Amino acid sequence: MSLSRLLAIAVKELLQLRRDRLTLGMMVVLPMMQLLLFGYAIDTDVRHMQTAVFDQDRSAASRDLVQRMVATGFYDVVGHVHGYAQTRRALRSGEASVALVIPANYEAHLRAGEPNQVQLVVDGSDPQTVSSALNTASGLVASLSGEQTRVALARCGVQGPAAIELVPSTWYNPELRTSVFIVPGLVGVILTMTMVMLTSMAIARERERGTLEQLVVSPVKPVELVLGKIAPFVVLGVVQMSLILGLGHAIFYVPMRGNLGSLYLMALLFISANLALGLFFSTIAKTQQQAMQMSFFFLLPNILLSGFMFPFAAMPRPAQILGEALPLTHFLRIVRGIALKGATMADLGREVVSLAAILAVLVMLASLRFSKKLA
Amino acid sequence: MTDAIIVTEGLQRRFGALVAVADISFSVERGEIFGVLGPNGAGKSTLIRMLCGILDPSGGRGQVVGHDIEREPEAIKRRIGYMTQRFSLYEDLSVEENLRFYAGVYGLSGRKRKQRVEELLESSGLAPRRRQLAGTLSGGWKQRVALTCAIVHDPPLIFLDEPTAGVDPVSRRSFWNRIHELSARGTTVLVTTHYMDEAERCHRLAFISAGRLLDVGTPEQIVARRDLHVAELEVDDGLAAEAALTAHPAVDEVSHFGRVLRLACVGIDAEMLAAEVLEEAGVAIRSSRPGRPTVEDAFVSIAKRDNDPALAKRGAA
Repeated sequence: MSLSRLLAIAVKELLQLRRDRLTLGMMVVLPMMQLLLFGYAIDTDVRHMQTAVFDQDRSAASRDLVQRMVATGFYDVVGHVHGYAQTRRALRSGEASVALVIPANYEAHLRAGEPNQVQLVVDGSDPQTVSSALNTASGLVASLSGEQTRVALARCGVQGPAAIELVPSTWYNPELRTSVFIVPGLVGVILTMTMVMLTSMAIARERERGTLEQLVVSPVKPVELVLGKIAPFVVLGVVQMSLILGLGHAIFYVPMRGNLGSLYLMALLFISANLALGLFFSTIAKTQQQAMQMSFFFLLPNILLSGFMFPFAAMPRPAQILGEALPLTHFLRIVRGIALKGATMADLGREVVSLAAILAVLVMLASLRFSKKLA
Repeated sequence: MTDAIIVTEGLQRRFGALVAVADISFSVERGEIFGVLGPNGAGKSTLIRMLCGILDPSGGRGQVVGHDIEREPEAIKRRIGYMTQRFSLYEDLSVEENLRFYAGVYGLSGRKRKQRVEELLESSGLAPRRRQLAGTLSGGWKQRVALTCAIVHDPPLIFLDEPTAGVDPVSRRSFWNRIHELSARGTTVLVTTHYMDEAERCHRLAFISAGRLLDVGTPEQIVARRDLHVAELEVDDGLAAEAALTAHPAVDEVSHFGRVLRLACVGIDAEMLAAEVLEEAGVAIRSSRPGRPTVEDAFVSIAKRDNDPALAKRGAA
C-alpha cells in the first residue's frame, strides 16, 4: 500500500467535496434540521388530553373526582356533555379524545359503601393515548378507593392498614423528556443516512463518469482507493456527530455522563460499518441514482427496527432478529448507554462485540465484491 | 524480432459464447505509432483492456513493456498510459488539480510532482487554463488535458482508445502533432480510430474485424496488398452510373464526392472498367482520371471481402 497514492485520492475527494456546496451544505444543515424537528416535535408522553365530562351525579364527590383528574396534568376538561349521544359526537369529531362518565348516585353509593363504577371512554384510534389515559386514571382511582376505605374504617373507630406506597425513582432521565432519548439516537440515524449514501454515490459517480476505469488501469490498489475515498467522509461523520451532540446538549440539555473518548471510538467503528455498507451498495448500483435509492431503502428498516423510535422489546421476535443485524441497533444502545447512563465499554461489551462482528462481515463482503468488480 | 514493446501470441478472449478476440498475434516496435482499425464491436477495446492487464485473456499469451499480461499486470500498469474517448477527467476539478491527482496516483509526490506538473502545463500549452474546471472546457481542450494526464508519469507506452471521437478537425490535427512529438521522443503509441486520415498518420496499422486480425502493415503496404485501382469520373447520370458499376464483381466501392464519382476496384484498371461498364449501360463519361487508393479504400475492401466468403479469395490474391 502506498501512502502517497492514498493521500492523492483523499485530497482529490476533499477538493470535490469542497466544490459540491449543495452536498456539503446538506451534510451540515440536515443534522441540525433533524435535531430540531425530532427534538421539539416528537414527544411520546401524552399529556393534556382533551376530556369531555358526562357527569350524571353533579355532586360534590363527582366534582372532586374531576378536579383530581385535572390535577394530574393529563386531562384538560374541554366541556360537559349530556347523554351518550353527545359523548359519541365529541369523540368522533375529535373535540375530545377521552370522556369521563360518572353515574348518577355516585356520591350516594360512595357514602353507602356500595360498589361504584366510573367509566372512562378512550379514543382507541391512537393507541398511545389509550395507555396514557388508562394508566393515569386507574392509578388515580385506586388511590381514591384506598382513601375512601380508610375514611370509612376510621369512622367505625378502626385504624385501617396503611396504604402501600410505590415510590418511583426514574434514573437517567427523571423528567422523562423524549428529546433526551431521541437526540443521541439521532446521531446514529444521521450517520447511517449520510455515510451510506455518500460512499455509495461517490463510487457510483466514478463509474458513471468513466474515471473508475482510468483508475483501474493505474497502479492504484483497491484498498488505497477505498481508504482514500472514505477517509474524508469519516472526518465528515465525526463533525456531524459532534454537531448533533453539541447542539443537543445546548438546546435540549442532553447529558453526556460517560466517557466522550470511548463514544468517539465506538462512533468510528459504527461509521466504518456504514461506509463498508455504502461501498457494498456501490458495487451493485450502476448509477448515482440507484445508489441513492438503495440508501433510502436501507434507511427505513433502520428507523423502524433499530429501537430509534419504537421500543425494541415490543417488537415481534423476527423483527428483533432483523434489528440485531443492523449496525444502528447496537450503536443506539452504545450511544444511549454512554451519554445517558454513563456506561463504560465494559458495560456495553456485548454491543461492542456485535458491532465489530457486523463490521467485519461488511468489510469482507465489500472488499470481495469490490475487487472483483474492478477487474 | 528487434525491439518489441508489445508481443501477443494467439491472444483470445471469450465472454460466454461470444468470442470478442480470437487468436490475435502481432507485435509493436518501440517508438512506433501503431493504429488499430476495425468496425464497432470488432474487439478493439477488449484487446486494449487485455494489453493493459485489466482483463485476463481466455487463451494465448501477451507481453507488454516486458511483462506478462496475465502474471504481472501491476508492473504493466505502472509503465503505461491510458486514455479513452470519455476523457476520464474529474469535471469538478481544475486542469491543474486533475494533473496533480493523476501524478499522485502514479506515485509522484512532493517537489517531483510539482515540477512534473509545471513542466506538463507548459509543454502542452495548458498553463493559461490551469485554474479552469475541467468540466467547463471544450472538447478539444478536454482531450488535451486527458492526454496530458495519461503521460503524467512519462510512460514508454500509451494506449489511446478512440481519442479523437467527437473533436473538431483543428484539435484533432494538433492532437496528432502531439502524438508524433511523443513518438519522436521514443514513446510508443497504440491508438484505435475510425478516422481514415488518422490511420494514414500511423506508422503501422492492424485491421481487426469480428475479433480476428485481418491485416498488419504500413499504410502503404496495406493499400498495395489489396491491388486496388481508383478512378475519378464525371458522368451524366451519377445514380445510373453508380447502379451499373456497383453490380460489377470487381468493383469494391462507388462513392460520390460532390460531382465526382469515385470508383475503387480490385485487380483491374478502374478507368478501363468504367469505360466498358458505362458504355454498356448507356451513361456518358464526361471526364475520367486515375485516383490514389487510400487506406479507407483498403479498409472498405477488407471489411467487404471478409463478410463475403466468395469475394474473400479474390481480395487476398
